[in-house]
Amino acid sequence: MATETLSRERVLEIIEECGGDKEHLLSILIEIQRECRRNYINEASAKVVAEKLDIPLVQLYDILTFYAMLETKPRGRYIIEVCNNAPCYISKSHVMAKFLRKELGINFGETTPDGMFSLQYMPCVGACNIGPVIKIGDKVYGNLNEDRIRKILKELRENAQ
Amino acid sequence: MVTSMHIDPNKMVTINIDGIPVTVPSGTTIMEAARKVGIKIPSLCHHPDLGVRAFCRVCLVEDSHSRRLKTACNNLVDEAGDITTNSPKVRKARQTVLELLLANHPQDCLHCERNGKCELQTLAAEYNIRGNIFDPVWKPVPKELSNPALVRDMTKCVRCGRCVEACQAIQTTNAIGYSGRSTDFKITTAFEKPLSESPCVYCGQCVAVCPVGALYEKDDTKRVWDAIDNKDKFVVVQTAPAVRVAIGEEFGMERGAIATGKMVAALRRLGFDKVFDTDFSADLTIMEEGYELLDRMKNGGTLPMITSCSPGWINFVEKTYPDLLPHVSSCKSPQQMFGAIAKTYYADKMGIPRDKMFVVSIMPCIAKKYECQRPEMNSSGYQDVDVVLTTRELAKMIRMAGLDFNFLPEEEFDHPLGLGSGAGAIFGTSGGVMEAAIRTVYEVVTGKEPQSLDFTACRGHEGIKEATLDLDGTPVKVAITNGLKNARVLMDKIRAGEADYQFIEVMCCPGGCVGGGGQPFRTTAAIREHRMDGLYKVDKNMNLRQSHKNPDIQTLYSEFLKEPNSHLAHELLHTHYEDRSDK
Amino acid sequence: MSKTIQLLTARCGKIRPDSVADYIANGGFSALKKAMSMAPMEIINEIIDAKLLGRGGASYPAGKKWKQLYEIEGDPKYIVCNADEGEPGTFKDKVLLEKDPLSIIEGMAIAGYVFNSHDGYIYIRGEYREIQKLFQAAIDNAVKANYLGDNIMGSYFSFRVHIVSGAGAYICGENSGLLNSIEAKTGRPRVKPPHLAEVGLYSQPTLVNNVESFASVPQIINMGGKAFQELGVEDSGGTKLICLSGNVNRRGTFEVPIGGVTLRDIIFDPEFGGGIPDGKELKCYHLGGQSGPIGFPEQLDTRYDHTSLKKQGLSIGSGAVVVLDDTVCIIDYLKKVSEFFIHESCGKCVPCREGNRQMYMILHKFATGLATEKDFERLERLSFTMATASSCGLGQSASTALDSCLKHRREEFQAHINGICPVCLNSRKYGDQYAY
Repeated sequence: MATETLSRERVLEIIEECGGDKEHLLSILIEIQRECRRNYINEASAKVVAEKLDIPLVQLYDILTFYAMLETKPRGRYIIEVCNNAPCYISKSHVMAKFLRKELGINFGETTPDGMFSLQYMPCVGACNIGPVIKIGDKVYGNLNEDRIRKILKELRENAQ
Repeated sequence: MVTSMHIDPNKMVTINIDGIPVTVPSGTTIMEAARKVGIKIPSLCHHPDLGVRAFCRVCLVEDSHSRRLKTACNNLVDEAGDITTNSPKVRKARQTVLELLLANHPQDCLHCERNGKCELQTLAAEYNIRGNIFDPVWKPVPKELSNPALVRDMTKCVRCGRCVEACQAIQTTNAIGYSGRSTDFKITTAFEKPLSESPCVYCGQCVAVCPVGALYEKDDTKRVWDAIDNKDKFVVVQTAPAVRVAIGEEFGMERGAIATGKMVAALRRLGFDKVFDTDFSADLTIMEEGYELLDRMKNGGTLPMITSCSPGWINFVEKTYPDLLPHVSSCKSPQQMFGAIAKTYYADKMGIPRDKMFVVSIMPCIAKKYECQRPEMNSSGYQDVDVVLTTRELAKMIRMAGLDFNFLPEEEFDHPLGLGSGAGAIFGTSGGVMEAAIRTVYEVVTGKEPQSLDFTACRGHEGIKEATLDLDGTPVKVAITNGLKNARVLMDKIRAGEADYQFIEVMCCPGGCVGGGGQPFRTTAAIREHRMDGLYKVDKNMNLRQSHKNPDIQTLYSEFLKEPNSHLAHELLHTHYEDRSDK
Repeated sequence: MSKTIQLLTARCGKIRPDSVADYIANGGFSALKKAMSMAPMEIINEIIDAKLLGRGGASYPAGKKWKQLYEIEGDPKYIVCNADEGEPGTFKDKVLLEKDPLSIIEGMAIAGYVFNSHDGYIYIRGEYREIQKLFQAAIDNAVKANYLGDNIMGSYFSFRVHIVSGAGAYICGENSGLLNSIEAKTGRPRVKPPHLAEVGLYSQPTLVNNVESFASVPQIINMGGKAFQELGVEDSGGTKLICLSGNVNRRGTFEVPIGGVTLRDIIFDPEFGGGIPDGKELKCYHLGGQSGPIGFPEQLDTRYDHTSLKKQGLSIGSGAVVVLDDTVCIIDYLKKVSEFFIHESCGKCVPCREGNRQMYMILHKFATGLATEKDFERLERLSFTMATASSCGLGQSASTALDSCLKHRREEFQAHINGICPVCLNSRKYGDQYAY
């Protein structure tokens, strides 16, 4: 499903699928990003959206850089998001973060050389009752420990093949 | 007193500001009300011509109706109450806000473009800031020097948003905007591209409103000094109409004061070999453009025809409305016509080799810096206009030379390129090109002198003006607009096939060139009107008020160009445009 | 006797969330039916009598808000539900969205009826993608059953609910930021005045309420405002969903009658938190989200209602209760809070953008033993300026947690200056994620 870059036609289709109007702009952008293998919205796609929804490109760029879920630079296929807000922090999310850094060999904000994983922080996803949590795609994983993280990474690597 | 519920501007409200009662219409801002009792509330992001953002939080005051401090720029007076503008609480908050701003601002004021003219510097001085309890957090970012017109030094940016208002709300150019959030919140182009790859038209309205040294025109004064100092060069200078009614402001003269004579004297003392007037080539433009219009009307050419004097406007059409380029007059702007004539007709006449002739323009404009470097602007075989300086840059040179501007005598322009008509002078304000054109076209078409040369329907700074002129039975419908937001309205009308005009005047900047991006800082709508009044006064005081009656123009045609729109005129005085849209 | 109550959560987990049939079988849509037989002002009076204080965090009286909007002329008026739950430690709206979405829809429809609105919007966090899908199914089913859409239940009243997705911005929980976001603008808050009641969504008069507030509306209509109020205390009626997280044995969402429990109950009662795990001691607790105040053991006997908490300098806020045990260093925790605000500030106004990062830098100085007495003055001036001069609630409340700690635990700050905080030394080895 995920492709390297979306064609103009595909972007226009996504716009229609999401309702086709400005009110659904964020949904449209999220969908475009999901379909892009590298999890970002490139300039070409942004231009199609800007033109179709009649939003000046510079204002669309503001939106793309303002919302934390949206990204304008290529990222990994899987984005591992670690909640670092206070409730998870108290549940030792920083220990998990350190372990993930070690396990993936990258820092936060970076992508593994094989383009598989990106590591980043995320704000609270309302799963504080099972902290510490990470989120990969739409899935939230809670009550983490090192073993569980190893298993999750292994599964994702296998999935990708 | 600060809700906007049920604001009734007919209701008068009396409030106490620092104990002084003041009665104002409901809906007046606290800032305006305070000014009425002689209290200037400090502010950084506020600008009278721009939408309210309330970003800077400097204009804080205490309001008896609120526990929190209020910003005076956007909170409105609506019911009786007490405002305190000078209390320990207010001073503490304002000082802290300023120190926070300064902690994220480089402290290299001595080398800054805006040294002495910086609104942040002034605030810091007025607030007696003598240090900062906060640690510096500013980080240098590279200056953007990608284009010949303006520089963006975002290290200095205070994120007040004035430039974005100018670019998005006033001009609708949408070249720059906000991006990111929190400490990453900044002003940028889409995808951080250089301005040259953005919709930017170099109008410089962002520069005109920037309170600090984050945006400024590319400084070309050194190139001019070098040329003057070079004995091999014959350096001539032309001055645009709108400069003479603005340069005085730089030296404490009244707003809109006519400083033509002193400016000429200053230019001569700076060392220019000849001091000429763009009013002359404005007259030339009227000849060429007037005949082009008549030709289009007679021979079924593309109408409405749109003026082409304003280089920001040309950039805008090329980038945003390329399909409408055939509507734009092929005439070069007066500055470029001047350059072409100076380096051909005049150089040859004076026996000066064209490559030794150095043409400098003093313009109220930043886009002119870009215009003169367009590759097609070298009809003489050389770049026709070598350097463009803004009104502000000229003021810098005058200061550097130590000239006491107010002390200078009134001097006259040199001949032959220094004689302009009143019609040429009013080119500097919105409506002026149209009026100048009508003064000539009327006579050419009807063979009669107009009853009055004051076509007042053209005057004023409203966004869009329309008029129908009676050329002895032939009605000509015209429209005049200033500011790109308004121009967009007319362009969309043309696109939709709903524009039944024959001739449209467009000036890129609000108010026309009197409000150009290169004019003295702190220009406002009110100041633009003073400058406009100055130009109409210049016109009124002249005997020569029609372009075609300019004897030096007549000589130019008889000796050199032969007739308007002649082959040679086309070669030297007309140009072509390109689709530069990002499609 | 149980200290919890099942009012808003009565159906949660017991019905298929998007099933209109299940919802009706458990009392659903009876309030909408009843409301549509009442005059709008009658309904508003019930909300006023209910003493429902907004559940989003600001605790503004809902009845007053509705009455103000009712008195403003303008057509159309819009109904907006704020489901951008992003306050760390808060996950109670999520419970309602996931388990009883139709109760929110019913509440919005009642509001639609009161204000003769035809369009309601619910702004759901982009991170809650699955919930968005579920909610859409609930809307579709309600339309099919004619409880939404054109001519609801055969009447002249038509009302649609649209879902708008967020994309990761806490500040869009600020109502004007949220409206900007719906309008496809960046979610930075607007300049106020004008107020949203007058100039809201698409510049029209607009009602914005939180998920839990809307879900309370059908309850109020069904039982009557007075009865709803009596569940709580005199000046604040009904129940509150609280969210327990952090160092506490039982983490999760609990519904309590307002004023029916104390903070001690919430943290230590086996029915709620059940105490601190691993034999540790309670150090403090953060109430109402990151923008809320921090409470200490000596305040534990405070009743959990708006007025009692306020007397202690505390507040209910969003309903979050983050519990911290004695291995947490207060400075380290405040740095975490500060990091959050640095990340989430929209950046447009100076006190918030510059203030939060300066606050973090100063806290970092305390954490690393580099702070001096002068830093107390810095913190105090920052806190004052951010609270009084920031443009919106985010900046105004970013220093609330710091203020309560400075007030109650100044000695712990002092200890850092003197370099004798053992907890802090322990936490330092994890390094800093932000270096400003």
